[in-house]
Amino acid sequence: MDPVLDNLDLYWSGFLRSLGICLWGLVGSLALGTLIAAFRVSPIPSLRWFGTAWVTVIRNCPLTVVLFFFAFGFPELGINRSYYVFGVSALIVYTSPFVCEALRSGINAVSAGQAEAARAIGLTFTQSLGQVVLPQAFRTSIPPLGSVLIAMFKNAAVVGAFGVGQDLFSVGKGLANAQGYDALPVLTGVAVFYLLITLPAGAILALLERKVAIVR
Amino acid sequence: MTSAGETRAAIGQPLVVLDHVDKWFGQLHVLRDINLTVNRGEVVVVIGPSGSGKSTLCRAINRLETIDKGTISLDGQPLPQEGKELARLRAEVGMVFQSFNLFAHKTILENVTLGPIKVRKQKQADAERRAKELLDRVGVAHQAAKYPAQLSGGQQQRVAIARALAMEPKVMLFDEPTSALDPEMIAEVLDVMVELAEGGMTMIVVTHEMGFAREAANRVVFMADGQVVEENDPETFFTRPQSDRAKDFLGKILKH
Ligand SMILES: Nc1ncnc2c1ncn2[C@@H]1O[C@H](COP(=O)(O)OP(=O)(O)OP(=O)(O)O)[C@@H](O)[C@H]1O
Ligand SMILES: [Mg+2]
Repeated sequence: MDPVLDNLDLYWSGFLRSLGICLWGLVGSLALGTLIAAFRVSPIPSLRWFGTAWVTVIRNCPLTVVLFFFAFGFPELGINRSYYVFGVSALIVYTSPFVCEALRSGINAVSAGQAEAARAIGLTFTQSLGQVVLPQAFRTSIPPLGSVLIAMFKNAAVVGAFGVGQDLFSVGKGLANAQGYDALPVLTGVAVFYLLITLPAGAILALLERKVAIVR
Repeated sequence: MTSAGETRAAIGQPLVVLDHVDKWFGQLHVLRDINLTVNRGEVVVVIGPSGSGKSTLCRAINRLETIDKGTISLDGQPLPQEGKELARLRAEVGMVFQSFNLFAHKTILENVTLGPIKVRKQKQADAERRAKELLDRVGVAHQAAKYPAQLSGGQQQRVAIARALAMEPKVMLFDEPTSALDPEMIAEVLDVMVELAEGGMTMIVVTHEMGFAREAANRVVFMADGQVVEENDPETFFTRPQSDRAKDFLGKILKH
């Protein structure tokens, strides 16, 4: 009667579901965060304004509030999606300002001279960002980006608890509540499976950091 | 005495024309009613005390700085304001900076091919062949696979010149290209610049290297407090400056 070993298949499918949320969140928040960072350094004032407003508002909202906006606000506007889509979207939106700010610190570390040299050979703003500034900014931003992403993986549990269902957290809740297992071993199992996501993620980030360090 | 300029191919039509150009940085009037014409094939050295606006003048010509009054035109066309048009103009104007500004995450070869591939839409193989020729010309061909940080300052600056030349610019701007270099590296960069001048490139060079000015320049423009105070051929300027400001300035730099 081991709560974890007896339900390994349940845990495994919960793990895959959580991993899915994490991966969507990873791709989505990196893409959206990069876009917002590009807005924030763009030469167009209205884009800069939008980027700053986005970061200021969303970074200061609790994750649960962002989640509720998606889950209850959007249906009122006639937009209906599954909780899974809403949950993942909320996670992406919530994480994007943190990604943006981590990247922006990297952008500021790239010398202004290189950006000028890029413009001087005729690259457009987007090209100089994509070819010269961002590739270097990503490399210097890996440590802060890593913290942001690991925090996001953990926030994926909050998204799970909120009703996506079938993820690791819901599996644990189901086992402890409905099937009457002791909570402590069940949650230990949940924790172990989460570590299976976050620890390798941390290791990959550390490896990346060493691999792509720029010779200066 | 003849300066190198007179022995070169005949000077052509006006290429860069500044007409009543003014610029302010807030309260500071950095460019005051600048009128300057640089003809095709001409080499103009800009000289003057620190803060006189030489860098600002250079940067205004490829619109890294905006101007508040007057017009600047290149090959008969006024500088475009924004966007794609402006990027196209900048591709026609090569710029070499005091601090090299090579792209740190790209190899030497990639530094030189980036513009031709992304802006001129050349095929990678063509761009690389041309880049190798240029790197050979500036004497750093064997460093093509290295990263900028692995090169000496003089080598980096020569790569920066090759990077600008790869765009086949109509004019090259140099803003104190040797003043961040150790003395033994200055000559190798100046040699490349003299060769470029002899090849007929139109050049605007901010520098205090009088040797270069004497050897390669057609004209010296002396700036002080945002104004062009004096313009003359190098020999006359250095031996018989007209204005008090120029006499004073030359007195100071000649003492060293
Ligand atoms: N971005 C800026 N904002 C405000 N003031 C500036 C800016 N850039 C330059 N200046 C000022 O404008 C004046 C002219 O500067 P500029 O760099 O053109 O001089 P310079 O002749 O190139 O001097 P140096 O020989 O020291 O390079 C200086 O007083 C400088 O402090
Ligand atoms: Mg200067």
